[in-house]
Amino acid sequence: MSIRERLSGNEAAATAMKQINPDVVAAFPITPSTEIPQYFSTFVSNGSVDTEFVAVESEHSAMSACIGAEAAGARAMTATSANGLSLMWEMIYIASSLRLPIVMSLVNRAVSGPLNIHNDYSDAMGVRDSGWIMLFSENNQEAYDNLIMAHRIAEHKDVLLPLMICQDGFITSHSIENIELIEDEKVKEFVGSYHPQHYLLNDKEPMAVGPMDLQAFLFEHKYEQAEAMRNAKKVILEVAEEFEKMTGRKYGLFEEYKLDDAEIAVVCMNSTAGTTKDVVDALREKGIKAGMLKVRVFRPFPAEEIAKALSHVKAVAVLDKSDSLNGAGGALFEDVVSGMYVNGNNVKALSYVYGIGGRDTTTKDISSVYTDLEEVVKTGNVGNPYRYLGLRKE
Amino acid sequence: MSNNLVEIRWHGRGGQGAKTASLLLADAAFNTGKYIQGFPEYGPERMGAPITAYNRVSDTPIRIHSNIYEPDYVVVVDDTLLESVDVTAGLKENGAIVINTTKDGEYLRKVLNGYKGKIYTIDARKVSMETLGKYFPNTPMLAAIIKVSGIMEEGAFLEDMKGSFKHKFAKKPEVIEGNMKALEMALTSVQEV
Repeated sequence: MSIRERLSGNEAAATAMKQINPDVVAAFPITPSTEIPQYFSTFVSNGSVDTEFVAVESEHSAMSACIGAEAAGARAMTATSANGLSLMWEMIYIASSLRLPIVMSLVNRAVSGPLNIHNDYSDAMGVRDSGWIMLFSENNQEAYDNLIMAHRIAEHKDVLLPLMICQDGFITSHSIENIELIEDEKVKEFVGSYHPQHYLLNDKEPMAVGPMDLQAFLFEHKYEQAEAMRNAKKVILEVAEEFEKMTGRKYGLFEEYKLDDAEIAVVCMNSTAGTTKDVVDALREKGIKAGMLKVRVFRPFPAEEIAKALSHVKAVAVLDKSDSLNGAGGALFEDVVSGMYVNGNNVKALSYVYGIGGRDTTTKDISSVYTDLEEVVKTGNVGNPYRYLGLRKE
Repeated sequence: MSNNLVEIRWHGRGGQGAKTASLLLADAAFNTGKYIQGFPEYGPERMGAPITAYNRVSDTPIRIHSNIYEPDYVVVVDDTLLESVDVTAGLKENGAIVINTTKDGEYLRKVLNGYKGKIYTIDARKVSMETLGKYFPNTPMLAAIIKVSGIMEEGAFLEDMKGSFKHKFAKKPEVIEGNMKALEMALTSVQEV
């Protein structure tokens, strides 16, 4: 029997970390993820975990401490947002290239500047090419469930990559909502203990971690990282299947909502997907064949699978909560359309940048996207594919 | 989409506990088996600045994640906001507004731009001073919106709050009785104008 609770997204993430009981947590507080290390430090103080909590002086040190801990052979976790992730930047790449399966809770927030503490994906999109697995979460439940699955994916011998679980700053991190928790013992059994094959504190196998790697082998090591990322897709699905057996909650690479017979579709991530589901239901009541695809696994990017899932629609809109400032379209849009192109899918596609800096996204906003898609289907003309949703008119 | 969804918007000033009240409401509704959302709209956080908080309460899972623009109910914790904030914006006419005030109906109709729905008032200051000896408007306002919205039965609400207060004030049990009295007094003193 699961435990019926009500928690904010941050409480959900901290609760998952408590149940995982990692060896090391190193973190520096930053809005809107501050509560995660705050709650976790109380779990440390009252003895409900036996984690070594390292209260570092910066995020660069937080990631460095996680790298040191994982390299030593420990299971390490952290949490951050926006500029905190920016300050980790150098170490983010080192974590992935050293193949250290660190798990991070990233509460998405706009990267400065000017200063903004609210939600968008400029933090996550900045590290999309850094070699971290990236899972996105619609609500507190998914933020929790994804964290419970995280170590099984990251630590798998065919993967060995760091992993971040994203959720929307404030929108879900600070909203109290219903959640089904899993019993402590079940989580413990599911996550299992960590037994790395190679680690620094193993006196039987002296080794160096992160030495110089020049023309002779860096290329091959990068290839192996890429191969690990490709392997992750299969592992993510295997872990999800096992998770479903335990909880009844089904997870894939992405979620399809009324997409089977849809003629027009929206692709989005995180909490916007919930709002979009309500819009899809309202449009279906009017006889409009609307559907949605919510990307859960953004890295590795399921290009082939998404192209297939969208192959029958007449027009698709991809919603990006950050602008790549490349003059061509958002990051998710580019991944979706290049995936479709390579897989011979020629569906008409629109890019919408929306929700920047916490701009609220309403059902009316999402409805207007479907209206635009109907227009594209009717006229056969995409017009300007690079659009903004919810931008002030004046 | 659920037809049973109730949406509530709170207006208060930083430090008055409107956010806490919205979280307590979410808690109480959760404990009667509902699906809930309770979230504040974070702006620049300062004592005394106008703040907004929200609740959704439903019999079915809540998926929408945006602010509330067409609430069923509005709660105003501080009547000095009435002249500066458009508190009835989008408020449904078959809904209601609950205001912590001693002002009369004529003034309220005028300042609410002729809002045609029901207007309820409560003197939360009086309730709070008489029961707690201090001014904490959020406890009486919580009871007032429960009464007006009918989202849960009064007996179940009081029973649940007793449990919450016991937990919340574990180190200050002497304030539990006063808070319970504040709720009971608020339930009977909120009235339609």
